Amino acid sequence: MATDVAAKPKFGEINKYDFHTDSKAVFKARKGLDADIVRQISDMKNEPAWMRDFRLRSLEIFNAKPMPRWGGAIDLDFQDIYYYLKPADRQGKTWDEVPDEIKKTFDRLGIPEAEKKFLAGVKAQFESEVIYGSLKEDLTKQGVIFTDTDTAIREYPDLVREYFATIIPPADNKFAALNSAVWSGGSFIYVPKGVKIEFPLQAYFRINAENMGQFERTLIIVDEGAEVHYVEGCTAPMYSTESLHSAVVEIIVKKHARCRYTTIQNWANNIYNLVTKRAVAYEGALMEWIDGNLGSRLTMKYPAVYMMEPGARGEILSIAFSSAGQHQDAGAKVVHCAPNTSSRIISKSISKNGGRSSYRGLVKVESGARKSKSSVVCDALILDSASRSDTYPYLEIDEQDVTIGHEASVSRIGEEQLFYLTSRGLSEPEASTMIVNGFIEPLIKELPMEYAVEMNRLIELQMEGSVG
Amino acid sequence: MSDSETLKIKDLHVSTTEGKEILRGVNLEIKRGEVHALMGPNGSGKSTLGYAIMGHPGYEVTQGSITLGDQDVLEMEPNERARAGIFLAFQRPMAIPGVKMADFLRHAATNVRRPDRKEGEELIPMREFRKELNQKMDQLRMDKEFARRYVNDGFSGGEMKRAEILQLAMLRPKFAILDETDSGLDVDAVRLASQSIADIGGKDMGILIITHHEHLLEHNRPDFTHVILGGRIVETGGPELALELHKQGYDRIRAAYPEAAAADAALKQTEPAGAH
Repeated sequence: MATDVAAKPKFGEINKYDFHTDSKAVFKARKGLDADIVRQISDMKNEPAWMRDFRLRSLEIFNAKPMPRWGGAIDLDFQDIYYYLKPADRQGKTWDEVPDEIKKTFDRLGIPEAEKKFLAGVKAQFESEVIYGSLKEDLTKQGVIFTDTDTAIREYPDLVREYFATIIPPADNKFAALNSAVWSGGSFIYVPKGVKIEFPLQAYFRINAENMGQFERTLIIVDEGAEVHYVEGCTAPMYSTESLHSAVVEIIVKKHARCRYTTIQNWANNIYNLVTKRAVAYEGALMEWIDGNLGSRLTMKYPAVYMMEPGARGEILSIAFSSAGQHQDAGAKVVHCAPNTSSRIISKSISKNGGRSSYRGLVKVESGARKSKSSVVCDALILDSASRSDTYPYLEIDEQDVTIGHEASVSRIGEEQLFYLTSRGLSEPEASTMIVNGFIEPLIKELPMEYAVEMNRLIELQMEGSVG
Repeated sequence: MSDSETLKIKDLHVSTTEGKEILRGVNLEIKRGEVHALMGPNGSGKSTLGYAIMGHPGYEVTQGSITLGDQDVLEMEPNERARAGIFLAFQRPMAIPGVKMADFLRHAATNVRRPDRKEGEELIPMREFRKELNQKMDQLRMDKEFARRYVNDGFSGGEMKRAEILQLAMLRPKFAILDETDSGLDVDAVRLASQSIADIGGKDMGILIITHHEHLLEHNRPDFTHVILGGRIVETGGPELALELHKQGYDRIRAAYPEAAAADAALKQTEPAGAH
């Protein structure tokens, strides 16, 4: 029975994202993971032989690699997951071409509305496939490519092949290998030299079915002097069994180009979110990751910037909020491979109702990366004694002539702060929310207004719900 | 003013949550429109009385009562006390990093003016609120930039006190306890504060001024002056008593009330300096 997706959720309703659609799949591979399933996915997509071989090689790597022995506890049965589900025959260029039930889902998530207001392009992925795609016409004329990665393999094979899996090879880690074997969907973006895209490109990832695995693969190439801001949002309904989201995101930021990648992750609390994200930045280029993790049961995600040439910069700003039953093991990696490169990591985490947040970060400076600078600030706020916060900073510095700063703080919401606010008429929940919003304010103000509003609203929802 | 508008404190005994008794039977009645000065040496329990009236969780009322009309104040949470019309200007206000003064004040003013409001319900319309806030800041000769700064974050001592007065002006309580709102201000600033408090208070606010100095009382001539020593109000007089204490200190009081003076000395021995 379909939930009534037309009903508009009231403000403050905790389960705004917890609805599912009775959508009929066009094709659903059987549960489980083996070479047959991988071949089937490749066949469905009519892929070239090199990609099929790449997938099968990756599966072997996945099978050979042990589970990570650090981070969070992963209690997943890889044979109890659907690896591929095709929700529609083809991708819509207008929302009218999208099957009704799926369109209603995205209506309810507010995507078409946002598209009209302030986006330069949209991709909407439902289960394994991108079911809707748009890009403003003037950008198409300037040579900007914004499509799903499957289409890109067909239409821009040389461009894809030049970069695909060069930043994150399958052997990088077990979940990168898994993604490489079964990937489907994700965004492919190419911004030509000197093209500066004023408004964000947005992708929205939705898991709808139970026991579903979503494995999108994103590749972004920002050519010399170009600029782009890409935003992704992710949600899913709450089921009693676990689902898996395991993406790979590779970004190339060429000479003097800029890329900003913003994530607002609000998966349901039954989802393992195990994602590998990495960018390389060339001479004078700037890569910025803004990473908001509010949902999921366990997130393990450490967006990385490799600064390959002089003057490259990397910035990683992250917010993690963990409530009951959640563990956010999030952080950042910066690798200085050339002189005069600079990086900045700011991480803020909030733990509530027994939630656990960990900051795990690496600052690596290669020998010869003289005059490089890095600063790391991580602040944790713990709302009650049942909750936990940990910091795991790793430093690997092979160069003497560098400036490295690291600051960490852990604080609890003070009784005195709460008393001060409540003595002015604020209720205790309102006062706590205000303190938490203030705590993340330095990061929120970096976001475009629409996303800042969205983040604040999600934080308020987290603060209201005792069981998120 | 009718009896229903009186703040009554009867035989109030207050201990810290660690069990140390600070107030040992305070009696005080404040009617709306009255100005009371509360004076006493450091550590005699002045701030504790303010905290107890406002409901600070670090203090426990072990005996006695606080009522506002027929409402039992001790049964109320701090935010309910604020909504009932009680205000405490803190001696040391807390910094809330990342929260703008304007946002904080808009929430506070909405709750105090609509006592039944639940979280998430609408706030005073932005335009209306801004207009009022700007007007109040003009009156207090405060820079508009103040509203965009984070609550008490990086404020000088004087700025904090002026921010407390701005809150008083915006919330317009029935009863205000001003805990050393003059400390940290220079003489001119105290005069401005004194004038502002008198303007805000008007004829219908009951004010309890905790102070060491005479300047704050300049425009707020106390109807009553109370002297607290060793956790008890030992003497009550008119404005002339405040003047006497300013000029001559507490030696006469200590001599006249040896039992309270002994209790006061005992309190100070076990207490870190300036904690209360």
